[in-house]
Amino acid sequence: MKSNLLDVEHVSKVFSGRGLFSRRVKHAVQDVSFSLDADRPEVFTIIGESGSGKSTLAGMILNTLRPTNGHIRFAGRDLAYIRSRKDRLAFMSRVQAIFQNPFEAFNPLKPVDRYLFMAAEVFAGCRTKEARETRVDDALHKVGLSLAEVGGRYPHEMSGGQLQRIAIARALVSNPALIVADEPVSMIDASLRMTVINLFRMLRDELGVSIIYITHDLATAYYISDRLIIMQGGKVVEAGDARQILAAPQHPYSLRLREAVLSVDGAWRGSRLDVDALESSS
Amino acid sequence: MTFQPATASGNVEAASSTPVLSVDALKAYYRLKLFGIEREVRAVDDLTFEIGRNEIYGLAGESSSGKSTLIRTIARAIRPPLAVEAGSVRFNFSDGTRDMYRLSPQELAGIRWKRLSYIMQGSMSVLNPVRRIKHSFIDFAMPHVPEKGAAFFDRIGRHLEKLHLDRSVLNAFPHELSGGMRQRVTIALATVCGPEFIIADEPTTALDVIVQKGVLAMLREIQRELGSSVLFVTHDIAVHANLTDRLGIMYAGRLVEEGWTRDLFRRPLHPYTRHLISSLPQIGDDTPKKGLEGSPPNLAAPPSGCRFHPRCPLAVDICRRQAPPMVTVTPGRRVACHVVTADPGLSAPAMEEARP
Amino acid sequence: MNTLKILRDLFHYNKEFAAGLLIVLVVLAIAACSFFSPYPPLDVYVVPPDMPPSWEYPFGTTSRGQDVFWQLTFAVRNTLLFGIVVAVISRVISLCVGLVSGYRGGWIDRVLMSINDTFVVIPLFPILVLFYFIMRDQMTWAMLAIIVSLLGWAYDARLIRSIAMSLRTREFTRQAVFSGMGTGRIVWQEHLPFVLPIVFSTTLNNINWSIGIEVTLSVLGFTDINTPTIGGMIYWANQHTALVSGVWWWVTFPIAIVVLLFIGLFLLAISMNEYIDPRSRLSRLGGPS
Repeated sequence: MKSNLLDVEHVSKVFSGRGLFSRRVKHAVQDVSFSLDADRPEVFTIIGESGSGKSTLAGMILNTLRPTNGHIRFAGRDLAYIRSRKDRLAFMSRVQAIFQNPFEAFNPLKPVDRYLFMAAEVFAGCRTKEARETRVDDALHKVGLSLAEVGGRYPHEMSGGQLQRIAIARALVSNPALIVADEPVSMIDASLRMTVINLFRMLRDELGVSIIYITHDLATAYYISDRLIIMQGGKVVEAGDARQILAAPQHPYSLRLREAVLSVDGAWRGSRLDVDALESSS
Repeated sequence: MTFQPATASGNVEAASSTPVLSVDALKAYYRLKLFGIEREVRAVDDLTFEIGRNEIYGLAGESSSGKSTLIRTIARAIRPPLAVEAGSVRFNFSDGTRDMYRLSPQELAGIRWKRLSYIMQGSMSVLNPVRRIKHSFIDFAMPHVPEKGAAFFDRIGRHLEKLHLDRSVLNAFPHELSGGMRQRVTIALATVCGPEFIIADEPTTALDVIVQKGVLAMLREIQRELGSSVLFVTHDIAVHANLTDRLGIMYAGRLVEEGWTRDLFRRPLHPYTRHLISSLPQIGDDTPKKGLEGSPPNLAAPPSGCRFHPRCPLAVDICRRQAPPMVTVTPGRRVACHVVTADPGLSAPAMEEARP
Repeated sequence: MNTLKILRDLFHYNKEFAAGLLIVLVVLAIAACSFFSPYPPLDVYVVPPDMPPSWEYPFGTTSRGQDVFWQLTFAVRNTLLFGIVVAVISRVISLCVGLVSGYRGGWIDRVLMSINDTFVVIPLFPILVLFYFIMRDQMTWAMLAIIVSLLGWAYDARLIRSIAMSLRTREFTRQAVFSGMGTGRIVWQEHLPFVLPIVFSTTLNNINWSIGIEVTLSVLGFTDINTPTIGGMIYWANQHTALVSGVWWWVTFPIAIVVLLFIGLFLLAISMNEYIDPRSRLSRLGGPS
């Protein structure tokens, strides 16, 4: 039996803070399970607001946090067995991450191509300068940029959209099977957002990379997701096909979420900002 | 016949004749001189617009549009190296006209909070974390209202109730409230003196969707209650569609289009506006969307002529050479674009009225 | 951003930097003169003693028959050398401790910081005097330099650590980790450039501090006073009650030089701080540079 790309099995994460008189316990993630198929690359979205546990879950999938309970398996192998640096690097070359703030994701004192070259050296085993440059240029072309445009430039010279695309290129250098993107477009201008979102589609369709897209924005989730789960307070409240859920949510929280989304279409179908909204939000 | 469509907020009456805010040919630049290199950033470059009474005016723009500089300039919350180069900012309050840059510091302090209120982004930090909320009210609001002591708290209590906030928040510490509650308390604080003009700078950007709806509803409620005018700045055009009466679109320090919100969404004229609206993903909308090519403009070295021309699908030769003037194409609608003003029939409606 | 251009710009546009640089260069020139001294530094009674400043003896001569000017060149050279050596060694220690401690955290951090805080509270002079009394003749300059640098790294290690801690949580550190970089590489290549400006200015202050220690110790006689240093000169001047006997030039010129050096280094330190931030601020504003 061929193993799945990713198996998240009844994963929980509990943070215990030590107060002076009490031990405050926070259940950041409670009993989350889902799987990603190795043969069918997809965009799997995790929707949640702040405090929903979505970023904690992402951290566990990326192996930067250990689950308190449950297992996470990548290509059949439990993440808990990754101990040595060699194992960690092997894992990282297959599972990559993209972060929320493209401006912060680069060292302001260094040129942006730096991490690309590092990744080429460490993950792709490129020993010579030419090999590295070819690999990096290749990755940049996939996102619609090139080494000629980007080489030697500093982060402050580029827009948020470009920086995020460079970050995606960096993630692609190692030919990963899975990319975890945590709120990748929330800090990018609206006019540049769709370029990055469309890129995710291309990654899935042409490069066969699965994407775990974490966001609170239902509109982009609708546009690009195949399946999704909605998280509230660490638990999954609804899961399934993306279009179906967003068009007709079942769980009360999902309904509230959907209701709260401001749309341009809905703006003139009766006033949506009314007293009920005042009462219902806490 | 002047066509004034019903706005999203339900304000059918037009703004009355004297505008509350008149911005005239305003220019505000940053000038930096270091190591013999001089930099001039033209953050606000020749802006003219008006905001009427009892109206919510939205200002939309992305990073490097200059909108943050604009509102700081309007509120006269600027400091060197930022300075006003030309133009004026005039408020017509009920007790007279004020030219913001001719006022003395005392006069300025007199209109702040009472006539002019400024809600900043992340303004929750206005609340002192080590003191209860009521102390913030005492510190900020008491100097400006005639009531003192018990009468003062009574007034605050009534104000909070009108905004569907419980009086008990006064006794809480800021960290005991959620982010959304804090923002609502801050808005209550900013409006307790009944200002005639409220500037809101991205008040809901950092908030979750459900919370955002509550905060926006609250803002609308206040506006209706007080009859104030609101200048609402955000990059999120879906918020504009649902809240504002009129909308101005800023790009690279200039106003490129302005009009009644509903009309603007139904018939955007400027290519930038059209892109903003058509590229917005929506639930239930399966059409492919595209991002805008190119990069946001560099305000220290902006493109010549029309600042949007490097990214504009309609750009022609004159766009490179000459900055387009703001032209009133129909009553209530202004556009700054050579191509559009030459041929208004060029732009087709971006969105249909009725969707199945 | 190449260094020479930065230095040149600083020199043109920053008065403090220009002044500081000039002063320090003057002092360095004096130190360099020591290589041309006609008299070996330790010899005494090579010139007529107690001569006031004149064309022949520009700074006068000492009661021990030495030319004050030439003695001073050696004194400046040795004192400066001491100060620089101490500063360099203690910088290296504080960088290693601070960066590793800040980045790794956990028990490494706790252990290193306990050691650090111990060193912070050690009273400086009593310990140095104690060492002197214990070691007496074995207290060479090298030993003293090592001991003083061991006492001088603690403050800055904490400073560097706090910078390293804030850098650890920044997003680009995460990206560096995901690009496959290990701790060593991250600390050395990514974090060090942030820390260097602070280190640089504290180095200059540290030089001042260690020179101050040297002068104080030498004046009190707690060092190898046969090697000429500024403090040593003052010591000998005191031994020969120079001020009382009117040989004011023996005391004045060393003091004047050391004060000049302090001022020069101080001016450099405060003006250096400016250079990184405004430059990148300028380039961040974009436009032609």
